[in-house]
Amino acid sequence: MSQMITTTIVVNGAKRSVTVHPDTPLLWVLRENLKMTGTKYGCGAGHCGACTVHLDGRPALSCTLEIQHVAGKSVTTIEGLSPDSSHPLQKAWIAEQVPQCGYCQSGQIMRAAALLKDKPRPSGAEIVEYMKPNICRCASYHRIVAAIQRAAKEA
Amino acid sequence: MTVRMKDERGRMKVSRAAGTQVTSHESRVTSAGRRRFMLGTAGLTFGIAVGAPKLLRAQAAAKRAVINPWVTLYTDGTVEIQSPAAEMGQGSLTSLPRIVADEMDADWSKVKIVPAYPTGKVYGNPLFGGEQYTAGSATVTGYFNSQRQFGAQVRQVLIDNAAERWGVPGGEVTTIPGFALHEKSGRRLSYGEIAAFAKVPATAPEVGVEPLATAQFRLIGHDVTRVDIPSKVNGTAQYSIDVQVPGMIYGAILREPTEGAAPERIDETAARAIEGVIRVVPLKYGVGVLAETPWAAFKAKNALAVTWKRARGTGFSSAKGFEAFTAVARDPAQSGIAWETHGDVPAALARATRIVEGEYRADYAYHAQMEPLNSVAAVSPAGDAVEVWAGTQSQSITVVAVAGALGIPVERVKFNGTLLGGGFGRRGNRDVEFIVDSVLMSKAAGRPVKVLWTREDDVHNGRFRPLYVNRIRAALDDSGRVVAWHHRVVCDEVLAFMDPVRYKVSKGRDNIAMRGTELPTYAIPARLTEGLMQPTGMRTNPLRAIGVGQNSFANEVFIDELAVKQGVDPLEFRKRLLDKTPLAQRARNVLDEVAKMADWSRKRPDRGLGVAYLDYSGTQVAGIAEVSVNKESGAITVHDFWCAIDCGVAVHPDNVIAQTESSIVYGLGLALTERITIADGKVEQSNFFNYQVPRMADVPQIHVKLVQTRNHPTGAGQMATPLVPSAISNAVFQLTGARLRQQPMLAERVKVALAEQGRLA
Repeated sequence: MSQMITTTIVVNGAKRSVTVHPDTPLLWVLRENLKMTGTKYGCGAGHCGACTVHLDGRPALSCTLEIQHVAGKSVTTIEGLSPDSSHPLQKAWIAEQVPQCGYCQSGQIMRAAALLKDKPRPSGAEIVEYMKPNICRCASYHRIVAAIQRAAKEA
Repeated sequence: MTVRMKDERGRMKVSRAAGTQVTSHESRVTSAGRRRFMLGTAGLTFGIAVGAPKLLRAQAAAKRAVINPWVTLYTDGTVEIQSPAAEMGQGSLTSLPRIVADEMDADWSKVKIVPAYPTGKVYGNPLFGGEQYTAGSATVTGYFNSQRQFGAQVRQVLIDNAAERWGVPGGEVTTIPGFALHEKSGRRLSYGEIAAFAKVPATAPEVGVEPLATAQFRLIGHDVTRVDIPSKVNGTAQYSIDVQVPGMIYGAILREPTEGAAPERIDETAARAIEGVIRVVPLKYGVGVLAETPWAAFKAKNALAVTWKRARGTGFSSAKGFEAFTAVARDPAQSGIAWETHGDVPAALARATRIVEGEYRADYAYHAQMEPLNSVAAVSPAGDAVEVWAGTQSQSITVVAVAGALGIPVERVKFNGTLLGGGFGRRGNRDVEFIVDSVLMSKAAGRPVKVLWTREDDVHNGRFRPLYVNRIRAALDDSGRVVAWHHRVVCDEVLAFMDPVRYKVSKGRDNIAMRGTELPTYAIPARLTEGLMQPTGMRTNPLRAIGVGQNSFANEVFIDELAVKQGVDPLEFRKRLLDKTPLAQRARNVLDEVAKMADWSRKRPDRGLGVAYLDYSGTQVAGIAEVSVNKESGAITVHDFWCAIDCGVAVHPDNVIAQTESSIVYGLGLALTERITIADGKVEQSNFFNYQVPRMADVPQIHVKLVQTRNHPTGAGQMATPLVPSAISNAVFQLTGARLRQQPMLAERVKVALAEQGRLA
């Protein structure tokens, strides 16, 4: 695993080719090779959700996804969620003044976006269950729930 | 904008030349540091002309008037306001400019906020000796008066200019948001129009501000979208971990497991074999790896085989710490350094009819800010200048530490502040080791380096809230009144480790460890609190709510015990204990409010209620927790938490509420699950699976009431944190009769307490 490989992934609809160690997590490829830094490093072990992206439309923890297993798959990051912060969740996040330090919020929004795709009108309990993998150390949790409910209503 | 424009200009220049050339920034650091008001624009304008001729050309179209170092007006109406605090989520990037804008009667939609560059003491917090240091929930409280004053001066300068232009007495000119107005003639000039011809006096105009009691605020006290929030919903917010500099490589550092245990033998063979590794860099405090990618750097760091020398902390453990600290706390022969002294405690104890004692503990606790520590530096090849990008709680401390690491003057440091992915006290230590890391690595590399700490590094190299043993003795008179209070605090030293500069002038009074022992609103005539700081060699730091988080826990659980012993309702007991000052009246108000919110006197089946109150730097807060306990597992569930907070004038009320919600949940983690343990001088935890912070499902219903009073604003960023463990412990007692006297109240500890209670009952 100490030799690099060249591989191609599709990020926010565009084909991107990178040369990295095959076990490099997708997270670092996005952030440092492709300079898309909206996806965050929080724990590197799938414990905190800060790195959440969509992989073929499903929420995925990019910090534990080796690039060799992502080849040819389609990745959506916070940068690809909407071109102009117009996704209902992004608008709701501002309306509810959710972020404090903001570091975890890309991951929170990406997970919430996957939830709303599955379940356009989730209950409070369903939101809490679905959002469990994502830590917010500033504890904006109640506002996250409020924002998801607002987005569900306004979408 | 003067400083900032040059700042950005300078950054672009350096970025292009990264790795080969770092420009000198002496010109930018003008004489501003010597003049508080900086009203003569000549100084700054001259500085620009000399320092950045290109900038002047670029700016030719948009004329501007620098009214004082805080405000620059542009002819297009833009009002630029410098914001001096670090933004780590607490919102002061928005709050401070709101104060200036309110007094100068600016149109908020025209305001552009720029982070203030560390320039001498111009932008420093008066509460921190003029250092730009964002800590202690002291930002709004420290800057409030001066920001109002600066804003009022700007408004006066604008009025004077308009009056002169119109040929009318200054007294006839007023303002409406964004305009000077001459009502008699119906004339008006926008601030942008005035900027085109404004003459700025050489000395600041004498102008007062309305007293708080009667001031009419237009922005202060009204909610607004925080300026940083839009960038935090689309991934564009810049933290230092996001910084990309051309030519940049990556660094990871295997740090000594115990402070002061330098590397003894380094085997770098395996590390060097990894493709992408550039070189291994021995450091005094660890071993660094330079690589082409973060992943290669992490792999190489993990592949290093290093043995370490012995250090002061080698062999230390949490268990030994508790044992040793307890012995110290109980040994009357060992006296500490007094923190708060009122009256004659030994005499009062000697003549007391009854003495009650209590002992309380806390484990080490970790900040767990979401952004693992990191920084980026570009040191010039000659090593005589550096540009650094970092999220720090102190811009002032950072430039000095970085200059010190390279042995260069501070004028040769160019600082770029970024947002912080959480701070909580972790990023304000005097040595800012996580920033010096990249400086040393860049110096070794001869090119820009981003040094990343993994989460495991962040835990292992953590600087924690210390381990505590608190012992309180109270003397009661015949009527049960508390007449004397003696609180001994035994913990690892904090100030000496995290800030040797302030420690030197502290006379051993460790304000980080000791705060919160004092009881300014309780009417206890004789009080002595003393600190016995232990030089264990463990790494410590302020952590959200600093010493208050544990000292107030000791106080408020002990007070609960006193109330119960006397058969008095704990909330009523606190109200009786409060003295007659106006501050104590505010304390009564928050207690009454929170009692109302929680319906305190209503008994709940299978649930317990507990109350806690605190004066935290003048902010009055009270909280009530409603809990249940799983008797099998010992797990505590907090169902509801009610909190009433009076922090005086709330500049941004919704943000005070957000900060209070945040502090409550932070307190919840510290109360129930968060624990760092040390074995043989090393940290045993490593990531979020064995250091458990609250997740969404763990969070109770939270009810916050902001009690608005016309008092000078006091802190809001962490005031509720200490209430939570106390209120939970008191609630568990009410429900089960078992007293929990140690944070965190882990399930296994609760089980032990319940079993003990069962035996006693």
